[in-house]
Amino acid sequence: MATFQRHRVTPWLLLAPQLAVVAIFFFWPAAQAMLQAFYVEDPFGLGRTFVAFENFARVLASAEYYRALGITVTFSAGVALGAMALALLLAVLADRVIKGAGAYKALLIWPYAVAPAVAGVLWGFMLDPELGLISAGLGALDIDWNHQLNGGQAMALVVMASIWKQMSYNFVFFLAGLQAIPRSLLEAAAIDGAGPWRRFWTITFPLLSPTSFFLLVMNSVYAFFETFGTIDATTAGGPGGATRTLVYKVFEDGFIGYDLGSSAAQSVLLMGLVGLLTLLQFRYLERRVQY
Amino acid sequence: MPRLYAGALTLGMAAAGLSLSAHGATEIAWWHAMGGELGNKVDEIAADFNASQDDYVVEPSFRGNYSETMTGAIAAFRAGEAPAIVQIYEVGTATMMNAEGAIVPVHELMSESGQDVDPGAFLPAVTGYYTDADGRMLSMPFNSSTPVVYVNRDILDEAGVDAVPTTWQGLGETLGRIVDSGAAECGMTTTWPSWIQLENFSARNDLPFATEQNGFGGLEARLSIDDTAAVDHIQRLADWQQDGRFDYGGRFDDAAPAFYTGRCAMLMASSASLAGVRANAEDFDFSVAPLPYDSDLVDTPQNSIIGGASLWVLAGKSDEVYQGVARFFDYLSSAEVQADWHQFSGYLPITQAAYELGQQQGFYEQNPGSAVAIEQMTGVTPTANSKGLRLGNMPQIRDVIEEQLERIFNGDVSAQDGLSEAVRRGNALLERFQQANG
Repeated sequence: MATFQRHRVTPWLLLAPQLAVVAIFFFWPAAQAMLQAFYVEDPFGLGRTFVAFENFARVLASAEYYRALGITVTFSAGVALGAMALALLLAVLADRVIKGAGAYKALLIWPYAVAPAVAGVLWGFMLDPELGLISAGLGALDIDWNHQLNGGQAMALVVMASIWKQMSYNFVFFLAGLQAIPRSLLEAAAIDGAGPWRRFWTITFPLLSPTSFFLLVMNSVYAFFETFGTIDATTAGGPGGATRTLVYKVFEDGFIGYDLGSSAAQSVLLMGLVGLLTLLQFRYLERRVQY
Repeated sequence: MPRLYAGALTLGMAAAGLSLSAHGATEIAWWHAMGGELGNKVDEIAADFNASQDDYVVEPSFRGNYSETMTGAIAAFRAGEAPAIVQIYEVGTATMMNAEGAIVPVHELMSESGQDVDPGAFLPAVTGYYTDADGRMLSMPFNSSTPVVYVNRDILDEAGVDAVPTTWQGLGETLGRIVDSGAAECGMTTTWPSWIQLENFSARNDLPFATEQNGFGGLEARLSIDDTAAVDHIQRLADWQQDGRFDYGGRFDDAAPAFYTGRCAMLMASSASLAGVRANAEDFDFSVAPLPYDSDLVDTPQNSIIGGASLWVLAGKSDEVYQGVARFFDYLSSAEVQADWHQFSGYLPITQAAYELGQQQGFYEQNPGSAVAIEQMTGVTPTANSKGLRLGNMPQIRDVIEEQLERIFNGDVSAQDGLSEAVRRGNALLERFQQANG
């Protein structure tokens, strides 16, 4: 402690690069967005008018915004829960593997290295109504797959692609969590006659709760923001707006429609929403976490 | 070592900069959205121009798809790094037109640099889209296309159909015969649904798409597609979707593979898709037919309207640069360059002279189907309903329309309800544009 107090400048110097990155790439644009949200401006920036809260009022009065909000909730819940459940299952299975464990783990971590847009293109291609392998297989089962027209199928497609992409990230954390659980606990329970199912739910799962909680927060943020590339590359928010999440709407209004004020107002609202969600998670869910 | 590397890099960059400015030529940046083969052709056009004189160097640079190119150019303009020439798709026209202070109108550029432009030399159906109320050219038409019908001849033969119908009524019967005979499981599909089935359907059948002469008359224009016969047309497609005569294939060009694989007998697509169709239609004979019209609405069809893009000149450059741009545009609109570009790409020629040159060269006889689009465009004088569209926020309006079309075709809503909803939301976007630019 004493050593730290003598070096007042050094810690700041060491932190400076990271702080600079955060300030330039996060705080500066965020401040710009907040400012922009109070103006109506032409695309070229030739003139802007201060409109106070009109952009917010307009967004909050539009039915499309609430529709996108509903879609975001469905989508995020599907992605976060799906990606975590699948990753947990795979981690438990991979934890038991003795032969070739390294290969299994490497393969399961692989999808995380794939860019979101590429993940989207990949799944979109496999399920392409004309050319896709999977859609051809579904056709043989008399399931007519056309995500260009069917909103439910389009949603399923982006959820699947987003889950596949995020699963690896969760897998790594769950696997590390599983390996941190002392074997002696599980062995003691086994000796007491507890079966694998019981051992999982009474020992493993509660001991994984810090990991699960951390991943829930990370996955919610992922589903809200980082899935943009996947959606853009597969359904572009369609059909009929069925996969237009809030972040996609921000992009559409800002970068296709050049309605910068409305787009900025929406991103401020979105920022607030995710902040609130994270706060709620910490306030209510974290109490049930056993460290 | 890193420092050495950085030093080498700086030196290299300086050398590259030197070599470019060495011969003292003025550089003219040209941002475009032409990928693949078309992009190579654009590079070739620029290189030929650069070789033809020593004063200017046109530097084309590919900036992604149309919407990315436009967004990029706008962001660059705001940062003071704008290119001199940018290619903007036709739905961005109103946004560009209203950006006074950000653009230099082409007629002004040409007259100030002493390059006289004869408006009569251009095809009115093409240039009309890019002129102001006084008929003066605001941007330079570059790649304009118009929708036509691509037909799988093998399927038609199998179904015993000889001629491709020219009306929607005839098309309904023919497609019914094709589907009923089992020659194909899908009658027709369409690319760019809003552009072809609403914007062009309205123009070809002389129906207004919006008030104020489709927006040419002013910013007060509002959509009118929910109270014209366009509603009946969309309902017709929705009904055909049920019995297989029509199959929705997605936005943009997504529907094309359904035609390539032989699942759909006909494809409505841009005339500039000709090269793509030729390359992909390996297993069957195909032909090109004009876009049908509705015989209940008109006796003779109007011209269709164009899609594609034009070249806009951005403000804030030196006089020298504008001199060069004017020289380049003059070169670009010469009959030889135009005819070559048109024949290579399938885009429409922008001048009468380029079309005539193609006729002299015998191009249209050797390439059946390539003249269909030109004849469809030039056969009649455009009316207020077929001159084109000039609506602000059009990229978003198109999205709103296509969203509703998808809901109509999958049976969620009726054509009337879906289009009324599209008009309601589209008009909100028009009001917003009027507010920001009024």
